[in-house]
Parts: sequence; structure tokens; C-alpha cells
Amino acid sequence: MTEKTQKEPLFHVVKRDTVSRRKEWTIRAVAIISALILCSGIIAMFTGDNPVEIYRSIFLGAFGSERKTWITLQNISVLLIISLALTPAFKMQFWNIGGEGQVLIGGLASAACMICFGEKLPNGMVILLMVITSVAAGAVWALIPAVLKARWNTNETLSTLMMNYIAIQLTAYYIIVWEVPKGSGKIGIINQNTAVGWLPNVGNKYLLPIIVAVIVTAFIYIYQKYTKHGFEIAVVGESRNTALYAGIKVERVIVRTMLLSGAICGLAGLLLVGGINHTVTTTIVDSQGFTGVMVSWLAKFNPIAMIATSFLIVFMDRGASEISTAFGLNQSFADILTGILLFFIIGCEFFIRYRISFRTGKEKH
Amino acid sequence: MSEAAVSFRRVTKTFGSVIANSNINLDIKKGEILSLLGENGSGKTTLMNMLAGIYYPDSGQIYINDEPVIIKSPKDAFDLGIGMVHQHFKLIDVLTTAENIVLGLEGRLNLKDTEKKIKEICDKYGFEVDPQKKIYDLSVSEKQTVEIVKVLYRGAEILILDEPTAVLTPQETEKLFKVMRNMKADGKSIIIITHKLHEVKAISDRVAILRKGEFIGDMITSESNEEQMTQMMVARHLFLNIDRKKPVNVKPRIEVKGLTVKDPAGIYKLKDVSFTANSGEVLGIAGISGCGQKELLESIAGLQKVESGSVLYKPDDKEPVDLIGKDPRQIHEMGISLSFVPEDRLGMGLVGNMDLADNMMLRSFRSGKSKLFTDRKTPRELAKTVVRDLEVITPSIETPVRRLSGGNVQKVLLGREISSHPKVLMTAYAVRGLDINSSYTIYDLINKQKEGGTAVIYVGEDLDVLLELADRILVLCDGEVSGIVDAETTDKNTLGLLMTKKGGAA
Amino acid sequence: MIDLVAFIPRAIQQGIPLMYGSCGETITEKSGNLNLGIPGVMYVGGISGVIGSFFYEQSCAGKGMNGALAIMIPLACSLLGSLLMGLLYSFLTVSLRANQNVTGLAMTTFGIGFGNFFGGSLIKISGADVPSIALSATSGYFSRSLPFAGSLGWFGKIFLSYGFLAYTAVVISLLTAYVFKHTRMGLHLRSVGESPATADAAGINVTKYKYVATCIGCMIAGLGGLYYVMDYACGVWSNDAFGDRGWLAIALVIFTIWKPDIGILSSVLFGGLYILYLYLPTGMDHMELKELYKMLPYIVTLIVLIITSMRNKREDQPPQSLGTNYFREER
Repeated sequence: MTEKTQKEPLFHVVKRDTVSRRKEWTIRAVAIISALILCSGIIAMFTGDNPVEIYRSIFLGAFGSERKTWITLQNISVLLIISLALTPAFKMQFWNIGGEGQVLIGGLASAACMICFGEKLPNGMVILLMVITSVAAGAVWALIPAVLKARWNTNETLSTLMMNYIAIQLTAYYIIVWEVPKGSGKIGIINQNTAVGWLPNVGNKYLLPIIVAVIVTAFIYIYQKYTKHGFEIAVVGESRNTALYAGIKVERVIVRTMLLSGAICGLAGLLLVGGINHTVTTTIVDSQGFTGVMVSWLAKFNPIAMIATSFLIVFMDRGASEISTAFGLNQSFADILTGILLFFIIGCEFFIRYRISFRTGKEKH
Repeated sequence: MSEAAVSFRRVTKTFGSVIANSNINLDIKKGEILSLLGENGSGKTTLMNMLAGIYYPDSGQIYINDEPVIIKSPKDAFDLGIGMVHQHFKLIDVLTTAENIVLGLEGRLNLKDTEKKIKEICDKYGFEVDPQKKIYDLSVSEKQTVEIVKVLYRGAEILILDEPTAVLTPQETEKLFKVMRNMKADGKSIIIITHKLHEVKAISDRVAILRKGEFIGDMITSESNEEQMTQMMVARHLFLNIDRKKPVNVKPRIEVKGLTVKDPAGIYKLKDVSFTANSGEVLGIAGISGCGQKELLESIAGLQKVESGSVLYKPDDKEPVDLIGKDPRQIHEMGISLSFVPEDRLGMGLVGNMDLADNMMLRSFRSGKSKLFTDRKTPRELAKTVVRDLEVITPSIETPVRRLSGGNVQKVLLGREISSHPKVLMTAYAVRGLDINSSYTIYDLINKQKEGGTAVIYVGEDLDVLLELADRILVLCDGEVSGIVDAETTDKNTLGLLMTKKGGAA
Repeated sequence: MIDLVAFIPRAIQQGIPLMYGSCGETITEKSGNLNLGIPGVMYVGGISGVIGSFFYEQSCAGKGMNGALAIMIPLACSLLGSLLMGLLYSFLTVSLRANQNVTGLAMTTFGIGFGNFFGGSLIKISGADVPSIALSATSGYFSRSLPFAGSLGWFGKIFLSYGFLAYTAVVISLLTAYVFKHTRMGLHLRSVGESPATADAAGINVTKYKYVATCIGCMIAGLGGLYYVMDYACGVWSNDAFGDRGWLAIALVIFTIWKPDIGILSSVLFGGLYILYLYLPTGMDHMELKELYKMLPYIVTLIVLIITSMRNKREDQPPQSLGTNYFREER
């Protein structure tokens, strides 16, 4: 009898057992750098400029002046807060893509306080009310999908998505109720003359969100790593059976964690409306509820790494905006570049989790 | 040579550093029923998976009808007339029986013709199948029938059945054997993987024995006896020499009365189960897998929805309390020290992605001084103790437990569970997949617990171990207690009979 | 009272992009891929068609346009654009096993950015003083209805007054439903989405099915974008005009419990809900109520989602492996 051998495939995908931190981050860095090179190629194609010049523009766009630097830091802070808010939920495998709606409804609540009590209550009272209502509104908006999930296992990705649009329409409704002047379809700057309900300047007008972001980062880091709640979240995310075995009430953890998520989202809404824009529009969150999902996931739900990922996205966004203004391209150019960057980072995870082993071709007998 | 349907020649398969099959030479003749016998982890399923195209051998050659063949996918296997019925059924719940049977085939889909052909097969061999029923409406044995019909529908001449009887009642087993004989009469070659000797005797023409991945030998079934087979299977004579001390200071600890459990589909999993587990004693639980062992332990641990009945916990100095309706946390808060080593170690007992230290606090993380923060020091100390005392092999206590080997995972789990000095310790298949040394470590630990006055409930599958480790053995059959026997005065045959006979006289 | 003869055709026109989107997403989801990138894909499908027809119209400036080419060029561009998006998604999630939710969201960011960027650029090239591009000539071909439709009264208006892409959507949905139910391909696709391991063991090429289903799904969804610009919007592209229809299409998949034939009627129903605010009386003083009426499709979807999860019927559940990637050696 003769033996028959077959040509095995050229390569073979194997799950990595372990990967050192260093290797992990090297792979990510390579991916980011490749993405940046590709992006600069694309930019060069549209603008005819050389890549070095392009990166100078991107950098100047983000950090070109003191004001630009502050705005960049402020944007990072807001995105970071939203991402952090979503993180505990993701950690327990609850795909909350309703950050958009939770932030917006928080912002709407702030705006409501500013408009309705602006002339009736002292500034301090209004701000206090804003804080309470926006946090509560965000929490309620997150609570609904959480309860549905806990009670009937309703798919949370889809229910949170729907909650976003309900929030948007609710905001659109109130914008028309409160519009100034009538028929404009806009609210305009609220309390422009009295500045009631405007969150106080700390140092300068950009610093407040940054401070809040630092506090929230530290809070979420400690919450996830050192508290009993954080431990419960981690167990629920790993396995429901284990959670039951450990005596953890899964439903309660889902609801509690989503309340926290929503509350922090509401806080972000408060910052956007009361601290930064002093008005509310249906697009004020600017898809950061979705971007936050990616920021959080790219950082592997690690709050400290999230500083880096949110920085990367905001940096790219502002840099690309600068380029588009300079070369007369439109603002959406930034989204394309962000998309490309994301694709590379998403794709590179494969090389962290798996190893490709090539067949050497030698057969042992 | 000409009568061999399948020949393995020098077939070797390794998984990482584990040798699953080493240099196997084995023939399966045309028109015979061959039993492939061996203990858990002896490499039976791996070998057959290579024939079915699930794995590809590292070296060696498989021949079908004396032709060298390459089987690199299940499809290749079908094309060669090989069909395997896996232990875990590969069926899709929301599809119908007929749809499942034709899954993966080519050509136009014509379910009418399919149904006709299914009926022909059923009539020929004596199956009963409703082609239009959805899989989720079928019982386990019906699902198995579908799997067999599926294989025959593809024109298989060589059938592999991986522990088909593990999930069947005796009546169903008998029915299956009848069908197998019909298939054999039709000229088909059948390989049945099993570790039940009486079934080997009942059905097979020849028996081949594997041990630790190696082919030990084969013999004609009618010319051999169970003694010989066992010897070849385990290499040494069956005296495990587990050091069993006489129970002392025996007091009723857990009293189960009329426990009845139904699964979500409304099928009885436990029916009117009553027994007492005593302190200072090991109560063994025997039974064919899936006969309610899991539900029984989980009912006591507060993880199972119970239809009726009670589980009384009897402390030394206080009034008994009923554990039914309490969750594990409430049981813990009542001050009852009840430990449970579940069957699914990494899916229930431990969190695979967490390190040893974190896993140590899985059941106790609520204790500690702070209301908000977890106490991280105590679990670390505990992890170190467990690693040292039970000789757990791990790079560090910061290593995720999923990266440890099966035996070490079990040591971590058991180590944690006994660290709380439990009054009651329940273990499910505590030595499954473990090597001999690790197994003995586990037996020792269990015996020490018993000597310390713990009531131990040990669910096991190896009857020899049950007979030497347990003081009394409760036998479950189809969710009912078919007998409670004294381990010292009983033997394997009695147990075997009780396992397959419902409500039999003990 | 609502004038049904006027309302129904508008509801249908609103429903067609949703029908394309949900049918495409259903096919994708049946393979176990939850593609949250569909909104982006529909933008790309739309803008690719616009780009194609823009350059064709420019090249024919003054001269007469060939009707067949005027349809074929945008159609081919649109299909190609969304095919590339489908390939991207499949490559990342199937070959590289990336998280489906994150990949989908990134695709939506990218796709909407892509649409608005090229839309904006074309607007600049065309030098229009309004922020939109009008391709009325091409649109004329796309929205041409049957010549005798006008002479059949209300019947013609309700059933025959649409461009060919509207009927194509219905045909594709019916065809998809047929393929799911009655063909081997459909059977295999469903099994891949339910349990890829089982399908794999049965000799079905899981990777191939996932790739093909996702790409075809994206191409169909992309046509929804094309229909929107060329027919519904009369060839006028303006940035962000397509709005959130992509997300609504994803919601519609649940609403139709993964059945494209039910999708035909539900799309029209959703289309109706989407524009119902135009027909509900608010009075001049309460225009804001219209914004609340716009909430209807989302609230209805949420309610359907809750009801199906409460009933928990086996047939109405999402494909079992939805959202997870398959790796054979991971058991």
C-alpha cells in the first residue's frame, strides 16, 4: 500500500495563547501608523500636497494655537466622558449604542431647566436643578432598555438604537416649543444676557469638561477594578451561569450598571448644553454616542487606554477638518479618514488574538 | 486484507504537547460491528474524528477499501461513505427533521422527495421519524435517530456512533441495537464508541481497545469476557486503594424530600427524590449521564427552579431550614457553609479569563470590611495557599485560569470550595478528564473533608471509584431514585442494574 | 380625513428605500452577521450612483442621453460601491473576526462621511448656488412610470405610478423570501446563521456563505440609496438628506421577524408612519406636534421588539449566531 499525502494549505490560523503587552501595543502602533500613511496618501491625492506638509497641517489643526489646543482637549474630554459612560455596560456584554440618546436627553433636561427657571430662580439653584435633572434623564433613558433586557431579554442593541431616535424627536419637539424667534426652528443661545444656567468658568471656559473627564476617568477606573460592583459586572460579562453560581443577581446588575451609564451620559449632556454650547439642537451630540462605542472597544474597556483612543480620534477629526478648510474640501473628509483609521485598528486586533503559522513543508515520518 | 472497510496505519495525532493518538494500526471489516473501548481520554473520539474529517492526522495513513484516502473535511468523509453520529448532535433547532437531513447536500431542494426517501430508510431499518417536525420539539433519542438517518441518507456504508447510549433509556438502547443489527445485515460496517462493557457484549462482533492514545489490542467479543476487556482498558487490576475510613459522628445534615424538577419544556428532570446526606459521610450518586444529577445538585445549591419538595438543612444546634426558594447568596447569608464544585468548571465554577486571585473571591467577594470595595488581600493569600497546598502548577497567581490544565483548574476550584470549611460539599464529576495523579489528589481531599465532619455528595461516573470512595451510593435513573445502597456490600453489577432499571427493588 | 389615494403612493415611495435596506440586512443577518453599517452602505450606494450619473450627464452635456446608459451607469456604480462596502465588512468580521458591532458602526461613520464628502465635492464642481446636485435628466429615466398609469384613475395612481426600481424592490423581496424557504441555498444560509459549527460539519462553506450573503445584502441595501436619490428625490442629492433611513431599515428587520415578504408590507407601513406627520392635523399653532408624530416608527418598532421578546417564540427569534463570528478551532 502506498501512502498518499496532501498539500496542506499554505498558512493556518491559530489562536494565540498569550501575547505580551508589548507585542500587543506594537501591533496596534503599526496599524495606526499604516493607517496614517494611507490617509496621508489619500489626502495627497486630493490636495496635491506632500505628506510631511499634511501632517504639519493636521498637527496645527489640533494644536496650532492656544485656543485650538484647548478646544481639542475639551473635545477629547467630552468624547472620553461618553465613552467611559458606555464602558461598564460593555464590560458586562450589554451593547448600549444608545449613548447618543442618553446624552441628548440629558442635554435637553439641562436646557429645559435653563429656559423654564432662568428668570424665576437664582443661578445656583438653576445649575443644581440642571445637574439633577440631566443626570436623572440620562439614567431613565438607559433604564428602559435595561429593564427590557432584564425582564424579557429584549435585544439591547436595537432597543437602545430606537431610544436614540425617540430622544431626537423629543428634542425636536421641544426645540419648536421653545424656538426663538418663532418660526426659526432654533432655540439660539439660551439666557444670552443673564447667562443663567451657564456652568461656571473654571480658570478658562474650556477647563471644566476637562476636570470632569479626569474625575470620571478615575472614578470608572476604580469602580471597575476595585469595587464589588465592578467585580460583579466583570463576572456577569464573562458568564451568566457563573454569576448565578456566585449568587449575583444578573438582572439587578444590568439595571444598576445601565443606570450608571445613563447618568454619566446625562452628565455629558449637561456639559454640552450648560457648559459648552448654551443651546440645544438635535445634532448636538454629533454621533459621539456611536464614536464612544468604538473608543471604548478599541481601548479594550480600559479607562486609561481610552484617553489615548479618544485623543487619537479627536486629533484626527480636528486635523482633517483643518485640512478640509485649508484646501476647500468639505468637513465630511474627517469622517472618511476616521473611518479608515478605525478599520485598521479593528483589523489589527486579529493579529493580536491570532497567529498565522505558515507550513514549512517538511513532513515527519 | 480485502475484507477491511477501513484501515488505520501508523496514525498519530497531537494537540499541542498532548498526544491524542500514537501510531495506531486498526482495521474495521466489512459488515461487522466493532466496539471501540477505552476510558475517558483514551483517544477513541479523536481517532474517529479523523475518519470523519473533523481532524487531520499529523502522520500516518487511512485506507478505505484498501485505497489510500485523504479526508480533510466532513464532506470528503461523506463522499467516501463514512458517516459519524457525534455525541453532541449537530442539528439545527429551528429547522425540520427533513431539512436537517439534507443539510449540506447539493442539487435542487425537493423536500417531498426527501421525505419519501427518509420514509424508505426508516422502513428498511425500523426507525420512526416525522420529517416535518422541528428539531426543538424532539426528544434526545429522536434527535439521535435523526442523526443516524442523516448519515444513512447520505449513503454511508461505514457508520461511527460516538457513545450513542449515554443519553438513552434501556428501552431506547435496545431499539437502537435492533436497528444496528438491521444495518449490519444490510452489509454496513459500524463502529460504536462506548465504555460500557455489557453493551459491548450485547452488540459488537469484535472489540478494539485503546488506552492513553495507543491501540492495545482487539478480540472477538464472543470469545472474551468483561474481565479481560477491563484489564486491557485500565492496564492494572482494579484496586484503586482509596483510603476509606469508617464514617464517624454521623448526623443527618441535608434532608431532601419529594424533590421534583421540570425543565422549561415541561419534562420531568427529577421526580419525587428523597434522601438524606449525613455529616462525616460520602454519599455517592450514580446514574447514566443526564439522569437528573445536575438538577439535583443545583436544586440544593439554590440554582434550580423547583416544582415541589423540600431540601432541609439541619444545623447541629438550630432548627432545620428549607433551602428551596433561596439563591446562593441568601444561603450564604444564612450562615450555611455549602460548597459546590459544578460539572462545568470554566463555565460556572470559575471565570476563565480572570486570574487565580480573582477567582478565589468569586463566592466570597461580598465579605470583607468595606461595603464598596473588594478585599483583594485575602483572596491573594488564599490563592497562594491553594497553589502551595494542592500543588497547582501555574506560572503565577495572576494567570487567567483558562490557561491552566484541566487538573489544575479543578484543584483551584476544589481548593476554593473547601477553603471555607464547608458543612456540605457537593462535587459533580470531580475527576472527569483528570490524570490518575490529580484524581487521587482529589479523592484525598474529599476524604479529608469527610473526616473533618463534612457531608459530602459526590456525583461520579466511574463505578469503581464510587464503590471505593463513597459510604453509601444513591442511584438515579431517569430522574428517580432507583436505590440507595451501602457501598461496602454492593458490587458493580448491582449498581449497573439499578442504573438502567427504574424504581427497581434495591 | 386623510386622502388615501394621495397618501398611499407617498407611503410606498417612502417605503421602497426601507424595503431595499431591510431586505439586504435580512439576508446579511441570516448569515449571522449583524451589519450595523447598513446606513453607511446606503449612503455609499446612493452617492456612487450619483457620481456615475453626474459624470455621464456632464459628458453628454447638450447632446442627447442614451436612456439605457443613463440607467445602467448609475446602477452599476451603485452596486459596485456597496459591494466594496460589503467586502470590507466581510473581510473585517469574517476573515479577521473583528467585533461586528464596532465594525458596523465604523462603516456607518465612514459611509456617511464618504457620501457627504463626494456629495459636497460634486456640488462644488457643479458650481451650483444651492447646496445640492440635481440630476433631473437621469432621474427622469429612473422615475419613468408605465405610460398608461395616469389613465387608470386611483388604481393607476396607487399601483402603477412608480419607477422601475420600486417594482424591483418588491421582486427582490419576494425572490429572497422564496430562496429562504424553498431552495438549498436558502436552507444552507439559514443554517450558517443558526449554527455555523453545524453547517461547517455538514460540509457547508461557512466563510463563503457569510461573504456572499453580506455582499449581496449590501448591494441590495445600496440600491435603496440609489432609489432614494434618483426616484424619490427626483435626482437631487443634498448632504444628510437620506437621514436615518438606514437605521430604520435595520429596525424593520426585527419588525418583519426576518421575513422579506412581510418586509414588503411593513416597509410601506413604515413609510406611511414616516410621513404620517404631514397628514395628521396639528393646527397652525401646534406645528411642534409633527415632531412627536415623527417618533411613531421608532416607538412602533420598540413595541414590536418588546412583544417578540416577550412571546419568545422560536421561529420569531433572531438567527442564533447573530453578532458572533465563527472560528472552527474554537469550541
